[in-house]
Amino acid sequence: MEAQHNITLPEGSIEKQTTTLNFGPTHPATHGVFQNIMEVDGERVVSTVQTVGYIHRAFEKLAERRPLYQITPITDRLNYCSSPINNMGWHLTCEKFLNVETPKRVDYLRVIIMELARISDHLICNSIVGVDTGAYTGFLYVMQYRELIYEIYEEVCGSRLTTNIGRIGGFERNFTNAAFTKLEKFLNEYPKVLREFEGLFTRNRIFMERTQGTGGISAARAMNYGFTGPNLRAAGVDYDVRVHQPYSSYQDFDFTVPVGTTGDNYDRYLVRNAEMWESISIIRQAYEKVQAFKGTDAEIFHADVPEYYLPKKEDVYTKMEALIWHFKIVMGEIDLPKGQIYNAVEGGNGELGFYLVSDGGRTPFRLHFRRPSFIYYQAYPELIKGGMISDAVVTMSSLNLIAGELDA
Amino acid sequence: MALSNETIQSELEAKFADQVHTFSTESGILSFESPKEINLKVLQFLYDEPSLGFTFLTDLCAVNYPNNIGAELVVVYHLHNFTENIRLRYSVGTSIAQPDVFTASKLFESANWMERETYDFFGVNFVGHSNLKRILNVDEMDYFPLRKEFPLEDQTRIDKDDEMFGRG
Repeated sequence: MEAQHNITLPEGSIEKQTTTLNFGPTHPATHGVFQNIMEVDGERVVSTVQTVGYIHRAFEKLAERRPLYQITPITDRLNYCSSPINNMGWHLTCEKFLNVETPKRVDYLRVIIMELARISDHLICNSIVGVDTGAYTGFLYVMQYRELIYEIYEEVCGSRLTTNIGRIGGFERNFTNAAFTKLEKFLNEYPKVLREFEGLFTRNRIFMERTQGTGGISAARAMNYGFTGPNLRAAGVDYDVRVHQPYSSYQDFDFTVPVGTTGDNYDRYLVRNAEMWESISIIRQAYEKVQAFKGTDAEIFHADVPEYYLPKKEDVYTKMEALIWHFKIVMGEIDLPKGQIYNAVEGGNGELGFYLVSDGGRTPFRLHFRRPSFIYYQAYPELIKGGMISDAVVTMSSLNLIAGELDA
Repeated sequence: MALSNETIQSELEAKFADQVHTFSTESGILSFESPKEINLKVLQFLYDEPSLGFTFLTDLCAVNYPNNIGAELVVVYHLHNFTENIRLRYSVGTSIAQPDVFTASKLFESANWMERETYDFFGVNFVGHSNLKRILNVDEMDYFPLRKEFPLEDQTRIDKDDEMFGRG
């Protein structure tokens, strides 16, 4: 800095000590459409201003004209790395609002799907942190197990990324044997893969030095910034919606909530890895519980809510009552009760909340999504200030920001 | 001592008397309203009072009730007490003609963007906000899209060329 003061700048040139760097909107190091206008001093970030909204699709407005079951596909497109959790969160909100009791088997099947989604979400996040620190192998290696998770979704609902899985009251069809076979294959093979994945990163010198002490945040600041999920737990606050406000029978499962201490990129990585182990254990427990249902109990895959659960197609053609319900649901002749509800689930990257206000019409009067990515991204300038540009990239992927959720 | 909705209500009533009103409990969450002029006092009280400790702002959004003359816009705060594990919903109404509400961003850093989002979609003017600009929509927009007066496209319109979508 001092040396530069001796230079005589030509007339008209700007005497600015920092460089403005336009990082994004589409930049190979950003995951999705993110833009940051950074002020950098050499390679150090002095300040940054985020621009968001590049893929804003007005979901909240769209939802005001859709009956409940048509809103599920919208929720897919929030955090698309773990769509099933969003779908289930929406169904659970509707069920709580409409006082629908779901059978235990449905709850356990949902837990299996949600925990698979959590694993696939954390897997992407952690392996991408690896990619951003220069280790591509882990990312490519675990992809085949994300693929296996997607195949399980496919067996259950027919689609892979934007799943639209489940219905209000349960699932659209029972799990097939193929789904359970694939789940068993996953449970048998995945722990070994995860252990190898950890072997590649957890005590890797380069990885540790790149992630330790970068992008850190204290617990108090994290709470003030509205952090939830793995990012808050990495800072040392053991808040987990699954434990604090159990939904879908999470109280029946035995699992621990891993926490970190420094809230830096390394702790976030460790917390997510530990959560994957917990998820595997939860899936095992849930699968055991599901297998304990025998005979007709094993055929239950939805609650009895004819007002909201579409009847089977063959029943629509042959039974009067099913035809009536089908007509009423599809034509939107079922009014919601009046009232409002806030319900949250532990999404892939934090507390995913749904605030639903109904005035007694067929569609929500107002629907608001509490999107964790939107809230995390606000803290980004504070997290990367004073660090290197390359660390800013790691911090961004380690926060698990998903553009679809950020912009809604 | 476990904090209950009744305790919260009585503490609020003891402090703010009849300025806090319309208490109700829906699916376990206590909600109440107050005039918009005292919103920061209420939030600060909920934050500071050791027995309440609502130090986490979960969500901030607005709802537009066009028929509610004088309070067409309602700003809704969802607060959370982690230690007692209890949620609280607090709302303040404001007229659409003069939608000024004091900003909570000095108390909760997270309110900064949530208020910008609320401004963007409803036009609530958060007084004292350091950077009240549109966040998800383009800056040039001159309307607030989530207000009820802003209509969705008429689904029965026929003047549109739908040939590209196979509907023409």
